[in-house]
Amino acid sequence: MLQPEVIQSRRGGFTRRKFIKGVIAAGATASAAGYLFRGSGVLTPMLSAQDAVERLITLNINGQQRRVDVPKHETLAMTLRYQLGLTGTKLGCDRAECGACTVLLDGVTHYGCSILTHSVAGREVTSIEGLEQDGELHPVQQAVIDEGGFQCAFCAPGFVMSMVGMLDKNPAPTREEAAVLLSGNLCRCGDYDKILNTAMRAAELSRSRA
Amino acid sequence: MAVIRDMIPPFELYQPAGVDDAVRLMDEHGSDGWVLAGGLDTFDWFKDRIKRPAAVIDLGGVDEIRGITGGVDGGLDIGAMTSLTDVAEHADVQSRYPLLADAAGLVATPQIRNQGTLGGNIVQDTRCWYYRSGWPCYRAGGNICYAATRRSMNREHCIVGADRCVAVNPSDTAPALVALDAEMVVASTSGERTYPAVDFFIGPDIDIERMTVLEPGDLLTRVVLPVPWEGARWYFEKIRDRKSWDFSLVSVASMISVQGGVIQDARIVVNSIAPYPVRMGAVEAAIRGREPSDETGQMAGEIAVEDARALRHNDYKIALTRNLVRRSIRDAA
Repeated sequence: MLQPEVIQSRRGGFTRRKFIKGVIAAGATASAAGYLFRGSGVLTPMLSAQDAVERLITLNINGQQRRVDVPKHETLAMTLRYQLGLTGTKLGCDRAECGACTVLLDGVTHYGCSILTHSVAGREVTSIEGLEQDGELHPVQQAVIDEGGFQCAFCAPGFVMSMVGMLDKNPAPTREEAAVLLSGNLCRCGDYDKILNTAMRAAELSRSRA
Repeated sequence: MAVIRDMIPPFELYQPAGVDDAVRLMDEHGSDGWVLAGGLDTFDWFKDRIKRPAAVIDLGGVDEIRGITGGVDGGLDIGAMTSLTDVAEHADVQSRYPLLADAAGLVATPQIRNQGTLGGNIVQDTRCWYYRSGWPCYRAGGNICYAATRRSMNREHCIVGADRCVAVNPSDTAPALVALDAEMVVASTSGERTYPAVDFFIGPDIDIERMTVLEPGDLLTRVVLPVPWEGARWYFEKIRDRKSWDFSLVSVASMISVQGGVIQDARIVVNSIAPYPVRMGAVEAAIRGREPSDETGQMAGEIAVEDARALRHNDYKIALTRNLVRRSIRDAA
């Protein structure tokens, strides 16, 4: 393994391509990335300070314990999509302004784009992949199929999670109450009428199953 | 416009389990530290890379300041980390402080209320987009206000209380807490202090870079509500562009005591028209001893806007303030 000082001293005299070739030839591995970028500011405060949290955490996702190595600045939506492959959770605005990333934390709706993954360790995370139980669709998912509730459906996973959270809070909402409870999700197709049909159908289905 | 990037820059993360640990960490890191509560104000700053703290202190595990308990002397004690949903839906808040339940229930969206905290809603920074986009304005330590020039877009800015900076306080719960005469409990390594809500919020004339009395190292831990007036009447209204998500253009919170058909006492507070929630002292003095009628309301509305000065695009706020103050007296229930 090359020592960082060696790499530093080589950088001045070589082109970037030659430098990279040289590193490969010297047998540097991916784990040396921290050294390669040293001083460039890309991977700055990587040395753990005392009392700070560990990167390796256990997440409870859809009833499963998952060990994940999470950067401290990573949001839950990023971890779900790009570390755990749970791409049902969508990223729309990434600013808590559209609702596409809505997930449940301990059964309550949250925007996955605007919470640190490290803040949800120890809490029960439910994404849309966790709704189906033993091959049976969740009543809200069934209602989406029955009512054809969405056009492009990019917003659908977020809306579905909001409906699940809504029914937990109010199993028999009026259409107006449903509109308020779902007011944290946007649909750019403007399909709200059918989405509310879906919500009312979902309430009906989940009451008949209970 | 803010440049939207996909990743927050790295920082060191701390998750203290108690207020003592939290304020010690805040003290250690000083202005390099950032206190994270619900995070809904925080992450915009981070994603735009305008605030880049080295250390983030996440209060999510500080359970001692989450929840609502009966306060001393029959009031109510609300931890700063209590979610806005929990505040809005708490039985005692709904029955005894409907003003606060209304205000908390009208913040942004259900998801934001589930995650956002009362403390965070109170101490949130202004929404002035010049400031939030990283322009080096007075509030950001510079020596110009980009929102008050002749060509500025200042529809959301202030009509009273300007001093170089014309940004407004965006909080919905702040005017309600001032009208309720709440006390703010602040912790730091040197102990605990309390402030009346009306003094907790400060204008640019006191410090142009802060919205509240909090300095680095200070943590708002609890909000203490006193017993409301016997038979108090309430009014809260928030005007915004959309019925969801948006910050208020103007909001009003009032608590009025009526006995024998006349107003004994009143606290009328208007927010989003100044860099701090404005307690309308002249209005309160003028309506004492009068009936809570439309006529009194009209007179109050005129007094409320006596000192108002519009910028280029926000004179509608003068009319809104006049009408909201009028309604808050006439329709208080």
